[in-house]
Parts: sequence; structure tokens; C-alpha cells
Amino acid sequence: MNAVVMQLTLRGLLGRRRAVLFVILPALLLLLAALVRWATGGLLSGTVGLTNEFALGALLPLMCLLIGTSVIGSEIDDGSIVYLLAKPVPRRTILFSKLVIAWAATVAFAVIPIIVAVEIAGDEGGELGLAYGVTALLGGLAYTAVFIALSVVTRNAVIVGLLYALVWETVLGGYVPGVRNVSVRQWALAVGEELLGNRARAVGVSSDVGVTAALVLLAVATAAAIVIAVRRLQTLRLNVGD
Amino acid sequence: MSTIVLDRTSRWYGNVVAANDVSMTIGPGITGLLGPNGAGKSTLIAMMGGFLAPSAGTVTLDGAPVWRHPDIYRSIGLVPETEAMYDMVTGWEFVLANARLHKVPDPEGWARIALETVEMTDAKERDIAGYSKGMKQRIKMATALVHDPAVLLLDEPFNGMDPRQRLHLMDLLRRLGGEGRTVLFSSHILEEVEEIADTIEVLVAGRHAASGDFRRIRRLMTERPHEYTISSSDNRRLAAALIADGCADTVHLAGADLEIKTMDYLRFVHALPRLARDHHVTLNEVSPADESLESVFSYLVAR
Repeated sequence: MNAVVMQLTLRGLLGRRRAVLFVILPALLLLLAALVRWATGGLLSGTVGLTNEFALGALLPLMCLLIGTSVIGSEIDDGSIVYLLAKPVPRRTILFSKLVIAWAATVAFAVIPIIVAVEIAGDEGGELGLAYGVTALLGGLAYTAVFIALSVVTRNAVIVGLLYALVWETVLGGYVPGVRNVSVRQWALAVGEELLGNRARAVGVSSDVGVTAALVLLAVATAAAIVIAVRRLQTLRLNVGD
Repeated sequence: MSTIVLDRTSRWYGNVVAANDVSMTIGPGITGLLGPNGAGKSTLIAMMGGFLAPSAGTVTLDGAPVWRHPDIYRSIGLVPETEAMYDMVTGWEFVLANARLHKVPDPEGWARIALETVEMTDAKERDIAGYSKGMKQRIKMATALVHDPAVLLLDEPFNGMDPRQRLHLMDLLRRLGGEGRTVLFSSHILEEVEEIADTIEVLVAGRHAASGDFRRIRRLMTERPHEYTISSSDNRRLAAALIADGCADTVHLAGADLEIKTMDYLRFVHALPRLARDHHVTLNEVSPADESLESVFSYLVAR
């Protein structure tokens, strides 16, 4: 871990114009949660609908994509990453430092707002809040790591990330059951389902994947993403003028 | 004292060869890497800076390969061509961050010295986003100097500078070279390179076309066939006079123009006005053929 890299990364993350989205998107979720509360009077089905469809289906991957590409993708695109790379600092350290900042931002701007939204929309004794909190946390860590790797591997990380999160997980996952086995959201939901135990089916939290398989797959995806990102950063080719 | 050695280094991107079998040794003092746009200068600098693997051959710094060795950055300062920096921090914060990343013993002190060297002390508290192009260039320079490197690689450092900034940077590079540092900068403008470089390496179309001090490079550039197109009041009489004088090697009457080729252009440019006057011919137009750096050096590569 390198404090200077973390500092610069944090400044870059919060200093750019797109940082307003880190506030607007969670605010939108909280607003929707308040509307759901008002419309359903705190029924669990309302909370589950909002969280499954919007919070986990759209907000979480979008936030992770924004964060993942902001902490490293924009620097690679404009070439300013050269100031970090041309230093006697192992590339691995640079990537880990950025990952830690990205993970912290994921917790602050996605996981915590999702828990708060669940509590606003309606919960029973914090049960849903805990289950969705853990789901969002595990899903968020994996998404962010994957999107960081994507940013190092391709200049089209935003487009590829959007295609994955929205088309693959949401649209295809909605129609083709097999797709759901290869989906960060489903893996994370499996853990939430496990936490809710017998009540999971009743409230509508369910996943196509078993909890053990899900945890293994989450860990493998995250670890693989980190390894790929480090290796690619070690041999990163910068934009060369001619 | 550090030396960069390129040994039969090539770099290709798919079918495109950006650097073709280049061998050169860059030692202390100022070396100018001269070549037209697209000649592969940036590719070469990227390989020297450890940002690009050679497709063939080796690039070493004091005997150790630079590719995948971040430790080389202890002795290399890099001024990239790209203008992008961390816009949201101030000049001071950015240079200080670079000093800390280099893990120098006294980051504040060294950052202050680097900013003084590039004369950016007054503007250091402003955000980089608000700097002019020249100021950004100087901050880039400061980030490269902050760890007192033995080697300095600069990619097109004079681009976008006004004449005053250009002079200042030239002075600075001269001083750094005089201190025994290995300074390499690229440029596509001969006059720039000639003014400060002790050694000039010429790159054309990815190939190492020539090497030497500026006198040698000048000579290579002048001792080559020069072509001129002339229109005058009496082309035929002028042609006869030029042939008789012997200062032109070939003279070709082409419609309304006279096309001349000469190996000794200094003699030719002195003889032409004299011959015209002596034979009462009025010169309407004298224009040299393509004098771009590319054409000037392409014949060297072809040899």
C-alpha cells in the first residue's frame, strides 16, 4: 500500500466532475425508498422489489463501474498514469492502493446507501438490512475489482462493463436461466438468501446458485480480477504519439 | 554518470515497424533525437523509459535491462509528451507527491528545489487545471527533476512553448547536461536540436539514419543533391550559363521552368545571382524542392 498513490487516487475520484454521480445515484435510491415506504406502508415485498430490481440490479453495478473506471481508467486514457508508473514503486502496490480506495468508495457510496434504503423502505428487525447489506458488500467488492481489471485491460471498459451489468445480468439473466449461474449479482444474492434462511423464499430473496458455490465463485472472480489487473499494469503500453 | 545502450532494437505494432534495428549509445551530456513526425522518436523514448518492450534487441541502462524494472526510475526522470496531469491538485502538491513516490530523503526540500529550478515557485499554490501550457510543461519538468536523476528523457519538450520559455528550458537542459547528466530530448526541428545538443541522433521512418555532432549532421544535410525550380526572363540563356559555370549538375528545361540539381548547393546559391546578373537575366522565382526533414534524410536511409 502506498499512501501517496491512495491520496492522489482519492483526489482523482472525488475531484472530477463525474463525482456528482456518487451523490445523485444514491440520493435517487433513497428517494425511491421513501416513495416505496409511502406507497406500501413498509411492506417487505415493496422493499424486496426495490432492492432486487433497482439497488442490486442497477445502482450497485453502475456505482462500481463508475468507481472502478474512475480510480484507474481515466488516468490510463489520458496518459497521466505515467507519473505513477515512472516511479520505483512496484506496480502491484499501485494497484492495491487504488483497489483499497475503490473498495472504500464502494462501501460509502453504494453499500451503505443500499442498507439505509432498505431500512427506509421497510424492514423487520434489521433482517433484510443485514442480508442485503452483506449481499451488496460482497457483490460490490467483486464488481469493483472486476471493473478495475477491465479498465486496465481495455480502453472500452465503460461500454464492456455496461454491457455486462445491464445486458448480461439483467436482460439475458431475466430470460436465460443458465446465464444467472455466471452473474456476480446472483452469487451475492445467494449469500443474502442463506442469511435469511427459511424466510428467504417467503420474502422473495432467491438465487439460482448455492451459497458455497457462490462464495467460491465470488472469491475466484475477485482474485482473478486482481491478478489480471496487476499483470496487465506491469506491462501496460502507454499511448505513444507515433 | 549513466549510459543508455540500444542494441539492435526493433519495435513493431502488428505489421507496422516503428523502430527498425536501432543501435545507439546515449551517454552524459545532451543528446537530441531528431526526426520528422512519425519517425518513431516516441517509441524509442518509451522503450528507453521502460514503457514498451522491444520486439527485438535490448535496451539497457548501465548494463541492466529497463523493461519491467521499476527500480530504474530511481535514476531516470521522464518528461512525457502527454499533457494530462492530475488536474485537481496544485502544482506544489503534485511535485511533492512525485517526490514522495520517489521516496527521496526530504520530499518537501527536494520538491521546493525542483520548483525553484523550473521557476514555478510563485504559481505553486494554484490548481494545475488553471496552468498555461508552458506552466504545465515546467511542472512536468519539475516532477522529472525531483529525485535528482542521472538520466533525463524528454519527449518533445519544446512543443507549445513560447520563445522565452524555450530559451529558459534550453538553459536548464544545458546546465543539467553540463553537470554530467545524461539528457535525451526529441524534436522534429533541426535548429532546436542543433542549438543545445552535443550529439544528434537522426531517426527517419524508424531507422537510425545518422549520428554525430551538429557539424556532421549539417554536412550530411548539405552534401546531398539539392533541387531547385527557377523561372526567369530567359531560361535558356540562364541554363547555358549554369552549365558552363559547372555549379549545377543537371539542368532541365521544363516548360516555363528550369529544374536544377546540384551536389554543391553553397556554390550554387552563390553563383546563381552572379550568373543571372552577368548574363542580364531577371530571376522571377527560385524555389527549393521539398526541404522537409523527411526528404532531407530519406536519402540517408536509402543509402
